[in-house]
Amino acid sequence: MSNPSNLRYATTHEWAKQDSDVVTVGVTAFAIEQLTEPTYLELPAVGAALKAGDKFGIIESYKSTSDLYSPVSGTVIERNEPLVDEGKRKGDPKPVNDDAFGAGWMVKIKLAPSATLDHLLTAEQYDQQLASEGH
Amino acid sequence: MNNTQSTEVIFELSKSGRRCHRLPACDVPSSQPLDKLIPREHLADKPPPLPEVGEIDLIRHYTNLSARNMSIDTNFYPLGSCTMKYNPKRHERLAALPQYANLHPLQDDDTTQGMLEILFEMQQYLAEISGLPAVSLQPAAGAHGELAALFVAAAYFRDKGETHRRKVLVPDSAHGTNPASAALAGFDTITVKSGANGLVDLEDLKSKLGDDTAVFMITNPNTLGLFETQIKTITDLLHSKGALVYLDGANMNAILGITRPGDFGADMQHYNVHKTFTGPHGGGGPGSGPIAVRDFLAGYLPAPVVIKDGAKYKLNFDMPKSIGRVRSFFGNVGILFRGYCYIRTLGPDGLKEVSEQAVLNANYLRARVVEGFDVPHAGPCMHEFVASARSLVRERKITAKDVCKRLLDFGFHAPTVYFPMVVAEALMMEPTETESKETLDAFADTLLKIKAEDPEVVKIAPHTHVVSRPDEVKAAKELKLRWKS
Repeated sequence: MSNPSNLRYATTHEWAKQDSDVVTVGVTAFAIEQLTEPTYLELPAVGAALKAGDKFGIIESYKSTSDLYSPVSGTVIERNEPLVDEGKRKGDPKPVNDDAFGAGWMVKIKLAPSATLDHLLTAEQYDQQLASEGH
Repeated sequence: MNNTQSTEVIFELSKSGRRCHRLPACDVPSSQPLDKLIPREHLADKPPPLPEVGEIDLIRHYTNLSARNMSIDTNFYPLGSCTMKYNPKRHERLAALPQYANLHPLQDDDTTQGMLEILFEMQQYLAEISGLPAVSLQPAAGAHGELAALFVAAAYFRDKGETHRRKVLVPDSAHGTNPASAALAGFDTITVKSGANGLVDLEDLKSKLGDDTAVFMITNPNTLGLFETQIKTITDLLHSKGALVYLDGANMNAILGITRPGDFGADMQHYNVHKTFTGPHGGGGPGSGPIAVRDFLAGYLPAPVVIKDGAKYKLNFDMPKSIGRVRSFFGNVGILFRGYCYIRTLGPDGLKEVSEQAVLNANYLRARVVEGFDVPHAGPCMHEFVASARSLVRERKITAKDVCKRLLDFGFHAPTVYFPMVVAEALMMEPTETESKETLDAFADTLLKIKAEDPEVVKIAPHTHVVSRPDEVKAAKELKLRWKS
């Protein structure tokens, strides 16, 4: 499994991709492999303020339910709407399973002033973490 | 045996006009017309659409379906954390005695003294076993007990004016019910990490503990089957901050008569009477989750509790600070009764032996499983242990789930799988005290055999059951909870 080198990673298996002051966030393919295909996703409302390490959502599979943690500090400006329930429309998190690093992105966060991605792991460091955990 | 005769959904077997019994026309004259007895608006216009089947088809339907079930009476059932021990049939016989079985909960206290005495003594036994003096028998099962106890804790802190205590700390190896109960009781849950040894990481606990901590919920022995050796340090730490310690009693089968939660610093706990004290659970009957608490929490327990007033047993409703009823009547009395029989049959020495034998069996099985599987945390274990299939995934592309499905083919119920989440590809095994060495060996031999099998056979198991692998993702996404024609 390859973790794209242009992304940064949290130890809790979220990825972050920076485009100027907007950071796109999702979870890694490894996380999905462990969780198995997600069946349900909860994401924060647009406008929610998050600090790095804050819980920002919930991901469920038939196997388990896990919290999602924001890799960066900032404000949610967009979310991947088709993934989540909205009113009577049922969300389908399948893109998270099929394309965790692409179509399965979850939220876009506008970085708080002075917030950075420096504390996050590089792809190489994340690979090492997975290896040291015995995967 | 896969006998499929009459195993369609009962509505599909229905043929208009078929009956098991035909009653003769009623020859007792009605004193009043029906709508004088029952108001018109409550009367149905036509009978409900119940299935219409002959008795022989009805009996085959349920008998053949029941034969597909795996139960403790048919198969070894090492489902970790669930304590699937043998349910003595003597308890069923006693519980079925008409003196008990035909009691009605609305009978006057004077006519139910025998049952009230049993419930009173059950409260005392559970208090003695836990070292926590005040007991409520009401909660209907373990998670309900957790919730009731957290309501008790919330009422206690409200009474003390400490409503700023909003947080419940829960280890990452906890049963999922712990954070769920805390959330339902209105608290915020904070996860405390486990260390590499599988025990609570004291430094992480300290960093999360504060004046806003209400309760720390701990399972001891924990879900890895390890005794928290620093439990006294942990409970002292919580008490120094004015917080309470809740013990998840799911694993009491490991410590009966050996140590007591009250003695190692827990302030509240629940029991799973259906696990530890042999209620026929897991589809065979309801749970029962009594809670035991310290003296200073006694007044907040759900009312009523059973008290002895002179020579008479009665229900005490005079508990002004009580959180109120959490269950109708007296809880799941049928299961409490079976637990009472078990405790009385074994006595203090027998209960201690239960735990010693449960721990011995788990360690024997662990030693056999280690021959072919990783067991990441050092032994000895308590009443259960957690193995991992991660090297099988790497080397043979067989997952923990595949192993479990294949076990079904060999006549064994699967262990608990993918829990606790701190172990990758977890296989959590709890053999219980009632299994023989031969059964444990047969199970271990089978695990080792599966490990060496052709992965292609294992990956599509089970092969011998009516239902093979359901599409679990589809089942979770498209829940179908009822049959529709």
